[in-house]
Amino acid sequence: MDKLLQISNGEVVPRQRIPQVDFARFFRILTDFVANNGYIVHFFAYIDDGRSKLLAVVRNSNLFILGTEVNGEFPSLTLTIGTKFHLFEREIAEQYGIRPAGHPWLKMVRYHANATGRPDVFGNEYRVDIPGKYDFFQVQGEGIHEVAVGPVHAGIIEPGHFRFQCAGEEVLNLEIQLGYQHRGIERMLTTVPQNRLPVICEAIAGDTTIGHNLCCCQAIEALAGLKVVAGARTARTIALELERIANHIGDLGALSGDVAFNPPAAYFGRIRGEFLNLLLVLCGNRFGKGLIRPGGITQALTGEQRDIIQAKILELRPEIEHVCDLLFSAHTVLARFEYTGTVGRKVADELGLVGYCGRASGLEYDVREFFPTECYADLPPNANKVTNGDVYSRAMVRSEEIMHSLTLIEMLLKRPEQPHRPVVMAENHLAPESLVVTLNEGWRGEVSHCLLTDADGGIARYKVKDPSFHNWTGLAMALRNQEISDFPLCNKSFNLSYCGFDL
Amino acid sequence: MFKIISNRLAQGYRTTKYPKEPIQLYSRFRGLPEINTDCDPALVKQCADLCPQAAILVEEKKIDLGRCTFCGECARVAEGAFVRFSQNFEMGTARREDLITAGSLPDLATHAKAHFKKLFGRSLQLRQVSAGGCNACEADTNVLGTPFFDLSRFGIDFVASPRHADGIHVTGPITRNMKAALLATYEAVPEPKVVIASGCCPISGGPFHGSSEIIADLNSLIPVDLYIPGCPPHPLTTLHALLAFFKK
Repeated sequence: MDKLLQISNGEVVPRQRIPQVDFARFFRILTDFVANNGYIVHFFAYIDDGRSKLLAVVRNSNLFILGTEVNGEFPSLTLTIGTKFHLFEREIAEQYGIRPAGHPWLKMVRYHANATGRPDVFGNEYRVDIPGKYDFFQVQGEGIHEVAVGPVHAGIIEPGHFRFQCAGEEVLNLEIQLGYQHRGIERMLTTVPQNRLPVICEAIAGDTTIGHNLCCCQAIEALAGLKVVAGARTARTIALELERIANHIGDLGALSGDVAFNPPAAYFGRIRGEFLNLLLVLCGNRFGKGLIRPGGITQALTGEQRDIIQAKILELRPEIEHVCDLLFSAHTVLARFEYTGTVGRKVADELGLVGYCGRASGLEYDVREFFPTECYADLPPNANKVTNGDVYSRAMVRSEEIMHSLTLIEMLLKRPEQPHRPVVMAENHLAPESLVVTLNEGWRGEVSHCLLTDADGGIARYKVKDPSFHNWTGLAMALRNQEISDFPLCNKSFNLSYCGFDL
Repeated sequence: MFKIISNRLAQGYRTTKYPKEPIQLYSRFRGLPEINTDCDPALVKQCADLCPQAAILVEEKKIDLGRCTFCGECARVAEGAFVRFSQNFEMGTARREDLITAGSLPDLATHAKAHFKKLFGRSLQLRQVSAGGCNACEADTNVLGTPFFDLSRFGIDFVASPRHADGIHVTGPITRNMKAALLATYEAVPEPKVVIASGCCPISGGPFHGSSEIIADLNSLIPVDLYIPGCPPHPLTTLHALLAFFKK
């Protein structure tokens, strides 16, 4: 444990301070850490002076980093320590051609060639369009049948492939194969001029525009030594909470629609739009695109916008309470929500679920409370009452968070107006040979970006992690021994990002 | 039952009167740009250098709305000396080249493919294909089904199967990994069919322009009939484009 270097959220760390240990020690330290309520924030490979290195960013109530060097192959941590590592290791194999030897399900993540020119770990030929050469987990036996869904779905949603192994109506295993939205974002972020960084980060996952772009801009601010004034911080915090409310309300409506209870679906669908329109009031875009730039925000939050937001919240809060009461007291809804798609605390903990998926299973992790940025250190945390890990819990956590977020925005609006000037995008000089990790509680959970700069202050490695990267496996586990007809409901209760995962 | 009725009464009737009555978006909304062609070329150059999308054509003093994400960076140069964004959300075009504009767009209702109005004017069924992108376009297309916009009242619906569709509505920069599925979906739609490119991604690659993992230009794969710019297009931009292009 002694070798782990404690860092703080958004702190610039010189790269030579990253503790480097041999792999055996790396393995031992992480084994201990993960066994004692430790979770992974990042675990990725990068090239340092021609050598392949691994970096782990891990957390308990603090944040730590640890590095090691590998040579084309390393013994899988998934195999011996646990499933928290499994997707990270597959990602390392895919991005850098480094094999985690003994990995129990070593399969490509997003289907693309690696960046190093090493032979492909999976034996894929990337000149051929997807589907490539890869197996799905199969259950054998008489009466077992397989259901394949996607990538193009029967709705206006993102592409992904779901492969169910079923005995009759019962799902024995669900395997989720993504990668269809892979746009090569991480590689782009290391090659484009700085003025493109926020625009790209706003498009990692459109519904998490604020969450991802906040991580990006905080990282640039740290590396460039930019100060953000209090007024801009207030506006950025309000924007992150508006994003949370809009998405949670939309999902409660969609959950209601999935159990064929149409009134709340229609009302919440409309109310979600009201919150997107408040983001438009802040910055001219319903998703908050163009609001946050390194150093602050592009359009000042003045009395006019404060009044509009204040009045809307006053109008909408009773409406939301009213519709929530309708939704959560309908016995037809409760019959479908309760005891469906349960992920118990133990499984959630083994997988390292984050955000409302984790909190609904009793994992009390919220970046706003643990590693606060912006205004969160001065704001009260939320607490969740229903934590059974089923669809009902995930829905209840959402409704509690909506009310909490409304209160936070009202508290922020009560603060006296703090004058702040809009910022214009500029090319900043970034601290050379440095590392920075930024985390924010996006509406889905822990969003984190990790940047490594080179000797000239260029971005050598840009690692993005959407909370969905942790939580997709949670959805697969939620479906075990469920009826296949409950898949849409379970899926919506998680509502994970395809594009945030695919990058 | 009582709660259903009480909620119904409280919610009331919320559907917009648009397009019969105009609708005014908030002053910060960035729609069709207003361009000052008398602007000092040095300022135009400054705007072009700032533009993350390389959407400003300095010589012609035009903006390519097929590349623009409407981030508003250029409008902050010298207080909008070269460009300001109006609240006009009606920006769909039938031709790619019309998106390269000095501030005006041709009337979409009078496009050359009038036979589409006869075929689909009373009923238009679309299959949506998300081919990469960030899901914001999908989200703001989905919204057309909510009570405020209520797209179905115009006879326009999004359907589950391409076999039931009159055309496809494509979002995203067409990732390499979605190309095959996109083409298969297009093939499955019976003739005659329409193709709609929604958002700057399927028009130019959008924020991802230059990535080796995307195709970027939908029209290079299949012929596009209708372009809807934006990042994402405002739901009203999409609604206007669909109505103007297909309705008589």
